[in-house]
Amino acid sequence: MSHEAVRVDPDMEYLTPGVVDLEQMFWTGLGATYTHCNQVWPNLYIGDKKTALEKPGLVEMGVTHIINAAEGTWNNVSTEMIHSLFLVNPSGDIFLEKHWKSVVSRSVCDYFLEAREKALDPEDVPPVISTPHHYLISIYRDKLFFLSVIQTEVPPLFVIEFLHRVAEMIQDYFGECSETVIKDNVVMVYELLEEMLDNGFPLATESNVLKEMIRPPTILRSVVNTLTGSSNVGDKLPTGQLSTIPWRRAGVKYTNNEAYFDVVEEIDAILDRTGTTVFAEIQGVVEACVKLSGMPDLTLSFMNPRLLDDVSFHPCVRYKRWESERVLSFIPPDGNFTLMTYHVNAQNLVAIPVYVKHSINFFESGSGGRLDLTVGPKQTMGKTVEGVLVTVHMPKTVLSVSLNATQGSYTYDNATKVLVWDIGKLNPQKLPNLRGSLSLQTGAPKPEENPSLNIDLKIQQLAISGLKVNRLDMFGEKYKPFKGVKYITKAGKFQVRM
Amino acid sequence: MTDSKYFTTTKKGEIFELKAELNSDKKEKKKEAVKKVIASMTVGKDVSALFPDVVNCMQTDNLELKKLVYLYLMNYAKSQPDMAIMAVNTFVKDCEDPNPLIRALAVRTMGCIRVDKITEYLCEPLRKCLKDEDPYVRKTAAVCVAKLHDINAQLVEDQGFLDTLKDLISDSNPMVVANAVAALSEIAESHPNSNLLDLNPQSINKLLTALNECTEWGQIFILDCLANYAPRDDRESQSICERVTPRLSHANSAVVLSAVKVLMKFMEMLPKDLDYYGTLLKKLAPPLVTLLSAEPELQYVALRNINLIVQKRPEILKHEMKVFFVKYNDPIYVKLEKLDIMIRLASQANIAQVLAELKEYATEVDVDFVRKAVRAIGRCAIKVEQSAERCVSTLLDLIQTKVNYVVQEAIVVIKDIFRKYPNKYESVIATLCENLDSLDEPEARAAMIWIVGEYAERIDNADELLESFLEGFHDESTQVQLQLLTAIVKLFLKKPTETQELVQQVLSLATQDSDNPDLRDRGYIYWRLLSTDPVAAKEVVLAEKPLISEETDLIEPTLLEELICHIGTLASVYHKPPSAFVEGSRGVMHKRLPARTGSGESTESPDVGTIAGGSGTETAPSIIPSQGDLLGDLLNLDLAPPTTTGPPPPTSGMQMGGMDLLGGGLDSLMGDESEPLGGDIGGSAAMGAGFGAVPAVMPASLNAPMGGGLGDLFDLGGGVGMPLGAYIPPKTVWLPAMKAKGLEISGTFARRAGVIQMELTLTNKAMSVMTDFAIQFNRNSFGLAPAGPLQVLSPLSPNQTIEVSLPLSTVGPVMKMEPLNNLQVAVKNNIDVFYFSCQYPISMLFVEDGKMERQVFLATWKDIPNENESQFQIKDCHLNSDAASNKLQASNIFTIAKRTVEGQDMLYMSIKLSNGIWVLAELRVQTGNPNYTISVKCRAPEVSQCVFQCCEAVLKN
Repeated sequence: MSHEAVRVDPDMEYLTPGVVDLEQMFWTGLGATYTHCNQVWPNLYIGDKKTALEKPGLVEMGVTHIINAAEGTWNNVSTEMIHSLFLVNPSGDIFLEKHWKSVVSRSVCDYFLEAREKALDPEDVPPVISTPHHYLISIYRDKLFFLSVIQTEVPPLFVIEFLHRVAEMIQDYFGECSETVIKDNVVMVYELLEEMLDNGFPLATESNVLKEMIRPPTILRSVVNTLTGSSNVGDKLPTGQLSTIPWRRAGVKYTNNEAYFDVVEEIDAILDRTGTTVFAEIQGVVEACVKLSGMPDLTLSFMNPRLLDDVSFHPCVRYKRWESERVLSFIPPDGNFTLMTYHVNAQNLVAIPVYVKHSINFFESGSGGRLDLTVGPKQTMGKTVEGVLVTVHMPKTVLSVSLNATQGSYTYDNATKVLVWDIGKLNPQKLPNLRGSLSLQTGAPKPEENPSLNIDLKIQQLAISGLKVNRLDMFGEKYKPFKGVKYITKAGKFQVRM
Repeated sequence: MTDSKYFTTTKKGEIFELKAELNSDKKEKKKEAVKKVIASMTVGKDVSALFPDVVNCMQTDNLELKKLVYLYLMNYAKSQPDMAIMAVNTFVKDCEDPNPLIRALAVRTMGCIRVDKITEYLCEPLRKCLKDEDPYVRKTAAVCVAKLHDINAQLVEDQGFLDTLKDLISDSNPMVVANAVAALSEIAESHPNSNLLDLNPQSINKLLTALNECTEWGQIFILDCLANYAPRDDRESQSICERVTPRLSHANSAVVLSAVKVLMKFMEMLPKDLDYYGTLLKKLAPPLVTLLSAEPELQYVALRNINLIVQKRPEILKHEMKVFFVKYNDPIYVKLEKLDIMIRLASQANIAQVLAELKEYATEVDVDFVRKAVRAIGRCAIKVEQSAERCVSTLLDLIQTKVNYVVQEAIVVIKDIFRKYPNKYESVIATLCENLDSLDEPEARAAMIWIVGEYAERIDNADELLESFLEGFHDESTQVQLQLLTAIVKLFLKKPTETQELVQQVLSLATQDSDNPDLRDRGYIYWRLLSTDPVAAKEVVLAEKPLISEETDLIEPTLLEELICHIGTLASVYHKPPSAFVEGSRGVMHKRLPARTGSGESTESPDVGTIAGGSGTETAPSIIPSQGDLLGDLLNLDLAPPTTTGPPPPTSGMQMGGMDLLGGGLDSLMGDESEPLGGDIGGSAAMGAGFGAVPAVMPASLNAPMGGGLGDLFDLGGGVGMPLGAYIPPKTVWLPAMKAKGLEISGTFARRAGVIQMELTLTNKAMSVMTDFAIQFNRNSFGLAPAGPLQVLSPLSPNQTIEVSLPLSTVGPVMKMEPLNNLQVAVKNNIDVFYFSCQYPISMLFVEDGKMERQVFLATWKDIPNENESQFQIKDCHLNSDAASNKLQASNIFTIAKRTVEGQDMLYMSIKLSNGIWVLAELRVQTGNPNYTISVKCRAPEVSQCVFQCCEAVLKN
């Protein structure tokens, strides 16, 4: 006798509703999914406005008559992409709201605040939450939640990217993104938000363009404004807005023409107990600070561009040139911008600059344990490793630590169970060591979970992937600019398992 | 000085104070007052009472003040429609302003004021702005059309704005093009059938050009729009892909994902042996990996989409397993998603690494994550057979940690492993039994009880163990109660002598002392079974259980295809079709991946391969329908009971509750249905699976004899009333023996009393016995699907021939086939799986209630555009019009009216297809002329050809 396979989803133990549940469903009306139109009896449909307005569909279904049983006069479904934006601080207070269409009651945020309550950490709040009538898409950034309310099928990445753009804009305008700064500049923030989005279509998100429409505050200008009564709002159409290079404004003028590039690389890695690399990759970014007059056309080339596994460019970079010649050719935006980000994940290319010798033991009796950590340099290409910071998440039952550091200082936060050891510069001759005893809550059993250790570090004048800028050429302008390149390597998510 | 000063007004008479300031003569004071109003608005205070005062400030030369007032208006105009009219004049004036910034601002704000009355004033200014010399104004106006359409669609259509908007797609400025596309796609979304975005190679070319030039946001709109285009052939598809690929390197992740969507969709059309296909596959991996280094929120959305992509095309990321390794400080929602993808990518090549990681995760702090990691180990065991042993030993290690929730999860997954690999790992049962006492979660208890019941003969003290659970029977959850009931009955059947008392006890607990109907029903079934026929009981309860298949957690293929078309949207995040969303779904249209065109060969198309491949034993009816569907099915069953005399047949698991179980119906029920029922109740290791499948499987197999009986009744009736039977084409050989290792299949289709039957003749021309027949259809134009399993009850000996009749339903997945009535079939037996394709006469799909009212017929005939009409000649037919009409009627082609004009008979006929499509036809018969003319009109003109062929066959038969 043969049998057919049965689908089982171990994560979603779906049970066919039993009689009791069905009865329950009929009473409460829960459980049925909403569709625009349901045939409830042969040739009898219940549908919504959308169905009723769609004549070809009606003809197809054979509908001859419609009875309107809708309540209210204005019950249509919004088509706006981002309906509203709420800014929420870590304690759950909404301190700014902006609606691009009708006003949505802030009670819609309750669903979000509920999820916020449930999450152990603000970072753990799920970015997409569905409520009966809306979707809430949020980001957590600079200790603030940017929460958008949407009603239609919108690409969530579109919304998330936009929210990050809002945060960057605030940072760019006011130097930092915090509740105080936003409250202090609330009207300007409001004007900016209006400028950035119209009916869900982003209008101007390039900082260069925005700054021509609404000038960023400076102490000088606010004094002048108070005296003369002039305003921060530009009254001319931004020049970059509609040209094919929307990121650059016209008529840029500098007395000192300079172009600086920072190649910043972050190592993401997981090392296992024995120090073997489980996974490692490099996230690189080329940050530019370009202050050049006129319309310069730049070409940046690398010694070893084949190293890069994947690249993403600022819109100004001509992709075709990169494809054919592996050079970056672009007319730069004015000021600071991210020229490109890249990715190196060929494991053999990722050098691991430090090693950690560690041992953590808990006594079988469960009263305490011992910790011993040593950090040393590994593949540093002859450079000094600085800014070394070790963070250990201790098991929940660790009450206090009594340690001795040969270099730097340590702190232990009993509330979060995080041990932070700030080492500073790594001296290969005298390796820093941290050792001592851990005490557990009385009566607590020997901890089961393995703590994990994160490392922060910095290496100046080195891109760990070996990437090197070859040269920078400028066309289109006559003057000679100052040029400079700086390299720096940092630890990204650099984790050692204990 | 900061804006925070705007918040500090005196509590008393705040509104009053503001009112006074707004009406002040001093410009500066006015502006400050408006700022205060705005500041209150941002914190959600209601300042709508100030509406007239704020509107009064509108006429000003100061741009900042004007902007602020406009901001206020947008917020409150809806609540004050009459007041909003006051602002109209200023708007109209501002639309004429020499400064384009002000013109744009005015038209933009006007569109945001969602007041019906204001819209008529908006039309003229909008028309001007759409043709404005300044592109900034034009692009703002384009968006405004979408806003206006949302308020008053009819008005926009009447005013011809849609055409203007379409013209803007050819605008010289790429920003204007992008906004026009965005506006059009938004309008098209709310009116799916309006065919607004008429995508053709020329307009696609324009869009692709604009793609390179416009801003990142515009690129997203254009890419989403491109994704809706259906390229004509693989060459066009490739050229679009080539032009979209550079977008993968964009810094904006939304652009990247939209580009991935377009590529994933159009790739479907490329032949797999094409070099470019391989290149494209390679190009897709790096950007997807890069998305994972972005902010966690972006990562989450990317991961949900990658989850779909690896299911559709696992080859893209098969070497990138490591990037999905979980980092300690990833947010939990990222961790859980990564874990899921790790399992999907797990293969024999990388399983060691994956297991090492999973074991690591199982010792982390976060409980949810640890649980999921333990489950993941179980899924690995089921997915990669070679790893099962290592998985089991890893799980045993974890059980040794004695961490409560780890142990419970481990037991739940071990149960699944037992079901996948029976008689292999039972040696671990002893270890499991040691942990019996620590289990406090229903799922783990149920799993443990299942294990004890299933392996009762190997566990010496099984009766004691089960008895210990019985003490608190009424405090257990339903899941555990049901499982306990089954387990004890199993135990009894295995060791009848010493457990009689126990089984009595549980049956009485379940039937007499319980309020739960599900539990009672199951109790009664067992009771009666045990008391009437213990041998049958053994066969039922201890029946061999269906294996759980490897790829059990995959998304159902048709849904997956639809979701791939929606990459980057909310649907892709929730893994639900857009139609399941409460609001804002894209109408009722379902997106499908395009079929491959070009050098296509029919029988070996990849789709058949995937359906019949994989586990090979899987058939459509056993797929658990999603909750919504299931509910729908149940309701349908209730609504349409078969109209026969005698007791209604039990059509679903649910209805059994309503039957008198102790009545005579039960015996026959058990007799007929022992196999599937036994399989499900006895083998309820995965209760979800077993019971989920019941409603889908049972009605099908019950319908078979039922349908036959009904058919007989109607045939009798037919003998009296109708002179002719429906047309049944003669059987033809579909699968020759030499192509199918000795199995020959010939067959035909028939429609009997409303039931479509596939009539098959199976002949064994090989030397060995054939068993285990199963059948499956590929998706086809009308959703034909087997309504039950292929009933070949006894093995087919060499040279034996058997006639089988398979009832079909029309509720299966739909895909347009070429020709329309083509059906691809996979038949499996113990030797192999064979594929063939056949064509069914479309008359099978003509339903019995296809006779249209005369009035409706006339109206519909007029309503269908003339280009949908096609004319055919039927030659050498020697019937008179009445005979023809009778003949056609027998095949559900109904004559509605007959007219005779100048010796020519005109028959007007209607047909209704099973999917609700109406076909109207006019047949002209000239006396004495053996050539008929038939005109066919239908809203779906592609069926006309088939209908004609079918009429011809019917008439000539």
